[in-house]
Amino acid sequence: MSPISEATVAALIVLGALFVLLGSVGLARLPDFLTRLHGPTKATTVGVGAILLASAIFFSSGGSAAISLHELAILLFLFITAPITAHLLAKAALHRQAKRSDEADAETRADDGRQAPD
Amino acid sequence: MRRRLLPRPLLSLSVFVVWALITNAASLALLALGALLALVIPRLTAPFWPQPPRLVRPLAALRFLAVFAFDIVTANWRVARQVVGPLHRLSPAFVEVPLELRDPFVATLLASVVSLTPGTVAIDVDRRDWILLVHALDAPDPRALIDEIKERYEQPLREIFAC
Amino acid sequence: MLNAALEIAFVFIAVALALNLYRLLRGPDLCDRILALDTLGINAIAMLVLFGIRSASTAYFEVALLLALLGFVGTVALCKFLLRGDIIE
Repeated sequence: MSPISEATVAALIVLGALFVLLGSVGLARLPDFLTRLHGPTKATTVGVGAILLASAIFFSSGGSAAISLHELAILLFLFITAPITAHLLAKAALHRQAKRSDEADAETRADDGRQAPD
Repeated sequence: MRRRLLPRPLLSLSVFVVWALITNAASLALLALGALLALVIPRLTAPFWPQPPRLVRPLAALRFLAVFAFDIVTANWRVARQVVGPLHRLSPAFVEVPLELRDPFVATLLASVVSLTPGTVAIDVDRRDWILLVHALDAPDPRALIDEIKERYEQPLREIFAC
Repeated sequence: MLNAALEIAFVFIAVALALNLYRLLRGPDLCDRILALDTLGINAIAMLVLFGIRSASTAYFEVALLLALLGFVGTVALCKFLLRGDIIE
């Protein structure tokens, strides 16, 4: 393995892990669900992408002539599925929020109804 | 003839490329098997697929991909800083982006692109009024965000798929 | 150099996993927990790939691919459940 590819792999690994960490920091730290959604869908996806790229370079330059591409398949899959997951989670969250406020409305209305006869 | 053999050229290409990636393109025999699958799978699954829009400008598509990759990297850096920085300075907001494109597939593509470029998550596409609902992590100026999305992503996509 | 990079990356991802776990246990909403689980799965993929690089073996690849597939299908199923069905009603 040449020094250049080793340096590239090392840099990609550290950078990728840093982004994964930042994604999780966002998940743990941001104040409400919709903002929390931003960290994992992007920072984490990009971080894992960088690590997968590092792995592809590492196994491709490992002495033998064989190249390693299958990491790219995972990469492609993650990049396609991340927006779908985010979309579904956001929809589910909004759905639950709407439902909760409906229920709260119903409760206040029921309370009003009970108070009315008095 | 070409239509009969390859009803979905892009789908066939995708099947072949994914097969090559998964098998590491290890041998000619595996590639041949991949080519066979790329011929058979689109034919077998043809009834399930909605009519896709035609890709009219492949070169513009490549350029769009480059812009997209660049945006992912630079804008991720921005979000990374926002996440570790002081949170009270963020102004998250819902933004409604009126769309000019009228194709479900391209709208899906646009929504995915918006979701992957940091700062914004596409939540829903209203297919009656064609409005893209976007949640932004930090949008002090929603107007500018709408313009940016329309100019940077919707316009090229409409050119690429001619819709 | 590569070994040092791997050590640093392992620490980063371990901390990330801990933060995900915190969000998973803390909630407060079901959606938060599902998001935390999904992120946990993706971070596990990163961890596996790093293990693969350290041991210079491609044996971890299939596990990572399966984890990616199952994680996605699981998250979609849970979201669909939240959108369509409800346990309490």
